[in-house]
Formats: sequence, C-alpha cells, structure tokens
Amino acid sequence: MNTILYIIQKEFKQIFRNKGMLPIISILPLLQLLILSNAATFEIKNITFSYIDKDQTTLSRALIEKFDASTYFHVITDFPSIKEANAAMAKGEVDVILEIPRYFERDLSNQQDTDLSVTINAIDGAAAGVQNSYINQIVKDFDKKAKILMLPPSDPLNKPKNIESIPSSWFNITLDYKTFMVPGILVLLVSMITLFLSGMNIVREKEIGTLEQMNVTPIKKHQFIIGKLFPFWVIGFVLLTIGLIIAKVVFNTPMIGSLWLIYFYTAIYLLVILGMGLYISNFTDTQQQAMFIAWFFIVIFILMSGLFTPIESMPYWAQILTEFNPIKYFVEIMRMVMLKGSGFVDIIPLLVKTIVYAIIMNGLAVWSYKKTN
Amino acid sequence: MSISVKNISKSFKDVTAVNDVSFEVKEGELFGLIGPDGAGKTTIFRILTTLLFADKGTATVANFDVIEDYKEIRNNVGYMPGRFSLYQDLTVEENLTFFATIFGTTIEENYDLIKDIYIQIEPFKKRRAGQLSGGMKQKLALSCALIHKPKVLFLDEPTTGVDPVSRKEFWEMLKRLQKKGITILVSTPYMDEAALCDRIALIQDGKILQIDDPKEIVKHFPTTIYDIKADNIYKLLVALKEYKHSYSVYPFGEFVHYTDKRDAIDTKELTLFLKDKGLNNIIIQPTETTIEDTFMELAK
Repeated sequence: MNTILYIIQKEFKQIFRNKGMLPIISILPLLQLLILSNAATFEIKNITFSYIDKDQTTLSRALIEKFDASTYFHVITDFPSIKEANAAMAKGEVDVILEIPRYFERDLSNQQDTDLSVTINAIDGAAAGVQNSYINQIVKDFDKKAKILMLPPSDPLNKPKNIESIPSSWFNITLDYKTFMVPGILVLLVSMITLFLSGMNIVREKEIGTLEQMNVTPIKKHQFIIGKLFPFWVIGFVLLTIGLIIAKVVFNTPMIGSLWLIYFYTAIYLLVILGMGLYISNFTDTQQQAMFIAWFFIVIFILMSGLFTPIESMPYWAQILTEFNPIKYFVEIMRMVMLKGSGFVDIIPLLVKTIVYAIIMNGLAVWSYKKTN
Repeated sequence: MSISVKNISKSFKDVTAVNDVSFEVKEGELFGLIGPDGAGKTTIFRILTTLLFADKGTATVANFDVIEDYKEIRNNVGYMPGRFSLYQDLTVEENLTFFATIFGTTIEENYDLIKDIYIQIEPFKKRRAGQLSGGMKQKLALSCALIHKPKVLFLDEPTTGVDPVSRKEFWEMLKRLQKKGITILVSTPYMDEAALCDRIALIQDGKILQIDDPKEIVKHFPTTIYDIKADNIYKLLVALKEYKHSYSVYPFGEFVHYTDKRDAIDTKELTLFLKDKGLNNIIIQPTETTIEDTFMELAK
C-alpha cells in the first residue's frame, strides 16, 4: 500500500512539474467549454432569403413580409427571374429562393390549389433541413390566415378548422441548446483529457527507459498500474468539478438531479477511460503513437455519442456500434440527472453496462500489460 | 557462486543474440563482459536481471533462479542500464528517495554505501536529474542502483559516452564497492577498462571467446606483435597486407600492429620491402600484447 502512495506522490510531482501538462488540465477545458457551448448550436439565424414575386399582389407581399418579420430570415433582394436567382445561389449569395407564381392570389381566393417553389442551398445538408422546416412553418401559418382573409366573414367556411399541435418541451422548456450541449461537452472534456493523459503516461516511462528500471525493483505490477493511473482518476474529478462550476455560473445549466449521483457515476466511468488508456499504452512504444490511437478512438466516440447527431437518426448498424461507446452512456446520464432529475434507480441499466465495460476494459488492459511487458 | 550462467541462448526472431553462453562469477568479484556493440552483452544483462526470459539454459543470481525466484532477485540486485533511465523531471534527491522507498529502505540507512559517490552530487541535490552533466547523471544512477544495498550490481556499459576523467573515477568507485563485498558484473566496449576487472569474458556475436584474468588472457596470444610506423599509414597498411609473411595487420593508435607467420621477423628485410613500396621514416619495434590485440585475434 505504501508503495502505491509513493508512486502516486511521485506521479503528482511530475504532473505539476510538466509545464505543458498544467494548462492542458486547467485552462484548456475552461476555454473549450466556454467556446464550444456557445458555438455548437443547431439554431440557424440570418438565412439570406430572396424571392421572385411573379404575382405582385397584396397577398404575395404579405407572404414575403412574414419572412421578413421572422428573426431567422434576412430578406435581401427580389430577382426579376429565376435565372438570375439561380446565378446568385451558384455564387453563394443567397441560401433560399422563394418563387411565387402568377395568379397566386387569384387561385387562393378561388379556393384553388397553388404551388410555391422553394429552392434551398443544400451544400450543408443539416442546415438545409432546418431551413426547410422553418419555411414550411411560415408558409403553413400563412396559408391558414390567408384562407380567413380571402373569404367574407359571413361564409360558413370561414372558420379555422385544422388540427394544431403545440409542442411543449419537457426538461428544457425554452429548447435552449446550451442547456443540453453543456453537459455533453463537459463529458467530452473529461473523457478526452483523462484518456490522452493516461494513455501517454505509461508509454512515457517506456520511452524514457524508466519502465525497465521499475521492472527490476520489487514493485508489483498492480501497484505500479494503480499508482500511475490514480492521479488521472483524481484529475478527472477536478475537470468535472471545474466544468460543473462553469456550467452553473456561466450557462446557468439546470442541475435538478443529485450531483453526488453524477460523481458516483463518474468514478466508475473514469475506470473505463483509464483502462482504455492503459490498453493503448500497452500496444505503443512512443507517446506519439499513443496520442494518435487515442485520437482515433476519441473522434469516433465523439461523433457517435449522440451529442452532435441524434443516435436515433443513425443507421441500425451504427446504433448498435454506439452501444460500445462509453461517452454515449455518460452523455445520457449527465442529461438525465442534470436536466430531468433522474435518480439512482433510473440510471441502473446504464450504470450496469458501464460497470461491465469497466471490468472488461481493465481486464483486457491488465492481461495485455502482462503479455507485452 | 554469485552469478552462474549455464548454456543460455536467446534469439529475437531470426537473430541469435546470445548463443550457448556459460560463465560463473565468484562472490565479491569484479567481472567484465568485453565486446563490441551488438555482441549480446545487454541481452545477458536483461536475462540476469529478470527482464527477459532465455530460450534455453539456466541462470542463477545470488543463488536465486532467474525465473523461479525472480522476486528475490529484484530485491537483491542493483541494475544500471546503459541508457540513463531515472526520472529527469525529479530532482537528484527525489530520485534517490523514490528508489530508496520502493525498496523499503531510506537514504540514511545505507548512506555509508553510497557516501563516496553521492557526496559528489550532493551539492546539486535540488537540481533536476535531466539538467545534470553526463558524469553526474551516471553517479546518480549508480547511487540509485546501490541504495538498497544489493548483493550483485549489474552495470551495462556504464562508461559509454563519459569523459576519460570521469571514467577513471568511476572505475575507482567500482573498486571501492567491490571491497565492500558487492559482486559486480560490468560490460564495456572499451578494452582498456577490461584490464581493471578481476576476470573478463570476451564476447562476440553472442558467443564467449575466452574467459580469464586480464593478465592471463593476453598470454593466449600466439605470437609477438610489432608496432610499425611510417610516413603514410594507409600505404603502410596496404603494403604490409601484401607482404608474404604477414599474418595480421590492423591500425592501432598511431601505429600499425603487425604479426608475422614466422616466430621472429626479419626487421631488415621488412624495412627494405616497405622502402621498396615508397614508404619512409619506418619504425619497427616489438610491443606488449594488449587485450584488444587478443580480442582481434580471437574474433578473427
């Protein structure tokens, strides 16, 4: 036991002496959390909107006014013909072109169907999807009001008769992106930094030759591994704490559930990450190699964590793959506990999976450590 | 026997690093493994310090088997690898304290053993190990290898890359440690250091060529060596190789070491031969056989 303490002591001394390491642990997470949480939003504002009004009537102008009034659209210009509008789109000057046909008002007042043509720059598919839904919403809304406007008030048809759905966003009433991005990005930070640091740490001893010196001492393998990894377990908690403070103070993220539960889960989650770091360091000889492999996994984990793209929209095989992604579990737990106030019982299924993962990962790491060293 | 190696072999893929090596080191002996780079010295060290398994053969260190009793060995040996492998970002004192504690001892407890060495680096004890000079690093490494009072000390090329003065000092330190009853196995590519060992093993390509007292080992050399010098060493080498009685020719410092197929050489005849080849200022004189000569002869 004492031996482990001495190794931990030595490890902390080395961490605090490493000039490159301290900013990585303290300042980078701060910056990343502040920048990413503000930047990573799916809301699209200032869509450059243009139109071709072939009708030139009160109704068609009213429609364009509706777009102008929306905060999402920024109406820049009208084009005399579709040809010029397309040229502007090709140059990247406009995102959306709305074409209002001739007899738009007449057809509508005659209770006839009429079509609007909408062209969207879909070079960024995700953005185009969002823009499309904004446009549809405005047009639908306009359609409803137009019908009322066209008919005389005495007409029995002049009653809005359609089903309206009013969404109510539970656990995030204002649908604030930051509310659900902050816990997720916090997870990324904790995972990324602990994986990189732990992965590189044992390799470093290999690289500078001290591992060989350690191996001729009576230190037992488990003492060495625990002594080397424990400091990063602690650093993981420090990162989480810094992140939670920023989340509360800067972003005012709701924290409904128990923070103890988050810390408890993190304790187990970090074992998975540290086991992974150890596993990587067993198969590499230099810090550079370890870094690249850690990057490879982290990038996949991040993109498949459900943080930036919903897991539900992935193909079935990819959804199965996400089951092996520890970051996905942590993101889910963080959101559940912080935003929804889930208790211990609610997180049991995910907790069990994480524990199994930790056992397998560390088992593999220790087994391969024996084999390769 | 402090170290006993019996028929040890070790291969890495298709390279045989150590081939059927056997030797014994008595208690309190200063034993040298002498050989060029790639001779297999480090592999032998790694096998004896339990870092590597041999493919064949058995070995014991301090009467413990290197495989069965590896834990005992790790408590009883000190190992100083060829490459400086202490923590560069810890200070001199922290390194020493760390190694003392993981062996369950303290600096004070074994201070008398390392005193001679440590006293020289003690003024720099607050300095980080990475900022020490080569000679000081080596003294620190030796102190760390000694801090737990090992019975056997393994030093793998301890003086490679160290200046001549520090080398000399280092060997004096080894001699003093030997007097304290520590068995020392040291490897070196420098033949002049071999003479300072009690016994040496000449090793090449994973095979032991000869084991003996350094004074005795030169007696294995079959004939007299001559120092030959002329105004153009290269021409001299070429000329001597063409000489019909020549047995071996190789440069040695400012001279060329030459041996003849006959028991005694005819100095006059050789001088004439060399003058014929256009060489001037010819000096031919018999010289003492060195370990290097012996090695070159055995390695042929």
